[in-house]
Amino acid sequence: MKKSFCVLLLALASLLAQAETVLRGTGDLGIVIERASGSVQIVDTTHQTVIGHVAGLGDLSHASAVFSRDQRYAYIFGRDGGLSKVDLLTATLVKRILQAGNSIGGAISQDGRLVVSQNYEPGGIKAFDAETLALVADVPSTYGSEGKRSKVVGLADLPGQRFAYALFDAGEIRITDLSDPAHPKTLAYPAGKQPYDGLVTPDGRYYIAGLFGEDGLALLDTWQPDQGVRKVLAGYGKGEEPLPVYKMPHLRGWSIANGRAYLPAIGRHEVLVVDTRSWEEVSRIAVKSQPVFVMARPDGREVWVNFAFPDNGWVQVIDTRSNTVSDTLQPGKAVLHMEFTPRGEAVWISARDDNRVNIYDTASHKVLRSFAAESPSGILFTARATRTGF
Amino acid sequence: MQRGLGLVMSLMAAVPALAQSSQPTLERQQTLIHMVRQDCGSCHGLTLKGGLGPALTADALHERSMDALAATIINGRPGTPMPPFQGLLNEADVQWIARQLLAGFPEIR
Repeated sequence: MKKSFCVLLLALASLLAQAETVLRGTGDLGIVIERASGSVQIVDTTHQTVIGHVAGLGDLSHASAVFSRDQRYAYIFGRDGGLSKVDLLTATLVKRILQAGNSIGGAISQDGRLVVSQNYEPGGIKAFDAETLALVADVPSTYGSEGKRSKVVGLADLPGQRFAYALFDAGEIRITDLSDPAHPKTLAYPAGKQPYDGLVTPDGRYYIAGLFGEDGLALLDTWQPDQGVRKVLAGYGKGEEPLPVYKMPHLRGWSIANGRAYLPAIGRHEVLVVDTRSWEEVSRIAVKSQPVFVMARPDGREVWVNFAFPDNGWVQVIDTRSNTVSDTLQPGKAVLHMEFTPRGEAVWISARDDNRVNIYDTASHKVLRSFAAESPSGILFTARATRTGF
Repeated sequence: MQRGLGLVMSLMAAVPALAQSSQPTLERQQTLIHMVRQDCGSCHGLTLKGGLGPALTADALHERSMDALAATIINGRPGTPMPPFQGLLNEADVQWIARQLLAGFPEIR
């Protein structure tokens, strides 16, 4: 009798232990995109471990993701137009649709109800119900008199269910208001030659499109968009012949640090620093090669930079007090992406051709841990769910 | 066959340095396959079905000549994001890549 009671207690205890391992939060989770195999690893940034793997996500060769506001689901946009909703807790693919022929990424609305894709083919943006992935709005990027559709780049969410994006072929910034998805309202602003990506400042006010076809960036104040686009850092190339760009830089709100925006120059091996109040140039910092990601540590004290092929084995760290390069690292072969933990004590760096992710301590710049991943590219953490422009 | 020979001969006339260069080693070929799929793929797609840059599948390129492709790789395309690969690739590399693209580019092993 006594013995069976003990057995019962033991069984109860093990059940409780099981329940404990099942219940968990998602605020310290994230995904690592495995670009060549169409899969993602699900990672835990507290324990620095891989906790799951989800495959069958199509062509992830240029993939990005946004997160539901409860930080449970990742919406992953694939190059092939696939949009996959992945449950991070159960490590399962909840739903997958093919929404375009060629896609480049997406965004999520302020209220978390709309997931919006930006597409090259057919050019435009599409909005989906975040719950069901049902199509709720289709906004083609038509321009000119012949009904051509531009490739869409730089999609970012703005407050008020609005989305800002740029048209590579048409040289425009557009803002689409999806507060009534059945009747989208779009305004267009001439921006300059060949915008290649865009960002919105963390407060959701300024939208900046980087321009490939000219020296300068296009700035739109979305609090007073009727004032139109203003060029910032115009003529930063000083008329010099641009160097070849073997990979387009990427822009996001991560470039804002210490009251300044740290922006990749195009065709120059420089990071350009601009004041976010006056939008005047503060400094320019010579770096190793063509910058791709110029990302501020969340406290803004440092900015980490990676580079285009063939110099993609390097990462440099900029000290934002002195605006100088304070460290040069070699995290591995083909460094494609970096992601800071929510408060920035660590940064995870993908080294595609080493098939590894390396986790760096941002205080010592030393490797804390390293783990295997198949051709890793984007690393994206759920804390993005709480940030405008991510 | 005849047409292929004509193409090679016209290429030899147009770009003698290219036609005379030798085939990359098997190891170099693997490096080139990796580079085209992974790095050119950042604009043209890992599947080469296109992105910011145009599709580079055999179907998409069937009206292009090998010397035009080789010239684009070497010199880039001014006014577009296509950069020149002169200095990163030698003539044998470029010729081999152009030939593989026209035939349908190999997968990474």
